[in-house]
Amino acid sequence: MTALAATQRARLNASASRPESIVMDMKNSSPASPRRTFFTQASAGVALLALAPGVRLVDLALARAQDEPASAAQRWGLLVDVDRCVSGCDACVSACNTEHGLGDSERPQTDAQWIRKVDLVDNNTGRQLSLPLMCQHCEEPPCVDVCPTGASFRRADGIVLVDKHTCIGCRYCMMACPYKARSFIHEDLTGQKTHAPRGKGVVESCTLCVHRVDRDESPACVEACTDAGREALVFGDINDRNDPLATQLAETTTRELRADLKLNTAVRYRGL
Amino acid sequence: MMKSAYFQSVSSSRGYWLISAIAGVITLAGLIGAEHMESAGHWVTGMSNQVVWGVPHVFAIFLIVAASGALNTASIASVFARDDYKPLARLSALLAIALLSGGLAVLVLDLGRPDRLIVAMTHYNFKSIFAWNIFLYIGFMFIVGIYLWMMFEPRMNRFTARVGTAAFIWRLVLTTGTGSIFGFLVAREAFDSAVMAPLFIVMSLSFGTALTLLIGMLIFWINGATMDPALAQKLRRLLGFFVIGVAYLVAVDHLTKLYVTGHHQLEQFILVDGGIYTLLFWGVQILLGTMVPAILLLLPRFCQRGYLIAAALLVVVGALTQVYVLIIGGQVFPLELFPGYSVTSTFYDGVIADYTPSLAELALGMGGMGLAVLVTLIGIRILPFVPVQMTGENQD
Repeated sequence: MTALAATQRARLNASASRPESIVMDMKNSSPASPRRTFFTQASAGVALLALAPGVRLVDLALARAQDEPASAAQRWGLLVDVDRCVSGCDACVSACNTEHGLGDSERPQTDAQWIRKVDLVDNNTGRQLSLPLMCQHCEEPPCVDVCPTGASFRRADGIVLVDKHTCIGCRYCMMACPYKARSFIHEDLTGQKTHAPRGKGVVESCTLCVHRVDRDESPACVEACTDAGREALVFGDINDRNDPLATQLAETTTRELRADLKLNTAVRYRGL
Repeated sequence: MMKSAYFQSVSSSRGYWLISAIAGVITLAGLIGAEHMESAGHWVTGMSNQVVWGVPHVFAIFLIVAASGALNTASIASVFARDDYKPLARLSALLAIALLSGGLAVLVLDLGRPDRLIVAMTHYNFKSIFAWNIFLYIGFMFIVGIYLWMMFEPRMNRFTARVGTAAFIWRLVLTTGTGSIFGFLVAREAFDSAVMAPLFIVMSLSFGTALTLLIGMLIFWINGATMDPALAQKLRRLLGFFVIGVAYLVAVDHLTKLYVTGHHQLEQFILVDGGIYTLLFWGVQILLGTMVPAILLLLPRFCQRGYLIAAALLVVVGALTQVYVLIIGGQVFPLELFPGYSVTSTFYDGVIADYTPSLAELALGMGGMGLAVLVTLIGIRILPFVPVQMTGENQD
């Protein structure tokens, strides 16, 4: 996992050892003498110390090598904390543009935008919100369903991508995407990044920085948000119950956009 | 049963070469437009990341829908055994192939990567209605080709009705598929409707019959003849009913949406304050493209040929407008991702998108029409598609 994720996990571990949890444990245990309790806990501690390195080794052994295919055991996702996101801050957008070489052609209507900031005003209360919007990496992606050649596909670990070699540029996926998360390349491009192959006439969208994820790093937008001191984006493995993302998803109320479509998105919003 | 002796190929005439030249120039303009779009990129069109399908799709969908409808006359003759329609049966099948060719050419040339057509033919995602449509279009061409063979070859005439029935069923499925390209777009309010499939079927009946009448009359003019007035009147009445049929399903579509509160803003946009889209809907699609032709086609006092041509032309203009309002109007209206919120973004969320078609894409769309006419003209020059004399005596 990433350094950021490790920090988040450490925070969660710390909160797990709060006194309330010990009280709860004691309530459920049978009465025992203080000495027996001491020996029991000391033995458990010694056993933990002996096993921990082994457990860590197992963890390392489970980490995916670069040449291994993505596994359905993982599902990468994002949590957007809308309460932490600030209107006017576009650190995530800038980071994405830099990471993938998205340029400005001075024709904003045809420029690609993999992630955008959306400002919202509640029509009833006037409450103002700001949030990033990108490909939601649906479990049942409409873009994948409609793509005639199968160029739009969902990787085993849940990342939705476009195969630039089989995309014919029909743009049906853009018609089908409920989030308007896809862009069509309307002109010739130069200076593309090797990790982000892009070209005129095909469709593209947020890759969840798949090249970084495969290197065990967080997406560029998440890193930029943390660097900007917002920490409004949490990246991780939804399937891993010990992952900070999965833990937060389990502990707080989050929302998926267009939940009525039942697409089971990997991007969730808190505070919306 | 019809005999080939009653048909002829069209000989060289001034009219033939004049129409061929006009169609050729329009087709060439379309190719130049397509080349410009492909070499410069789609930014030279009015299309954007908000309006991803533009005028080329309007023409392509119009032509594809009209193609299946153009087979009407042949179907009525073969499937419903109405011999009085037989003189136009061959021409109707040729038109079906020609219009589909024009529509598909536009669709392919509007792709971001038309050079990857081979990829589209070799990689299939069978969950995609678009992929299914590729099979439906190719299959339609094949079946109509067989159908023509049955009609042309006297020894095979006995199979005409059976193959005609297969072609009729196929064309219904094809138009269901085309309508479903839009009907299956669950995320877009303007399209997500089960009415799309039947609407497209009735649209095909109307568009195809109007084009059969217009191109048929043009071919007879080239050949120095006129369409049998009795048959023209039958097609006139038929077209009148089809126009009413389209209007009925358009009404059902809008009434269904008006019933759902969530769609009120979309309906308000199309029907009341959508600017050019509202004007096109009421002024061209409904008034000029539906009401006026319905009157001209169904009231006996307007039975003259001039009125029939005017009505058929208005149906075509209304049809193109209808597809424009449906496809473009449906896209410029913003997706609603955050109900109850006012939305702004750098990606034009929450606002009505701009769309003004460019000359290149208009040329490409028109080029599809030109190609359809060109294919028809080549067909009638090579093979005996046109009846020698349009009277009821031409049939067995």
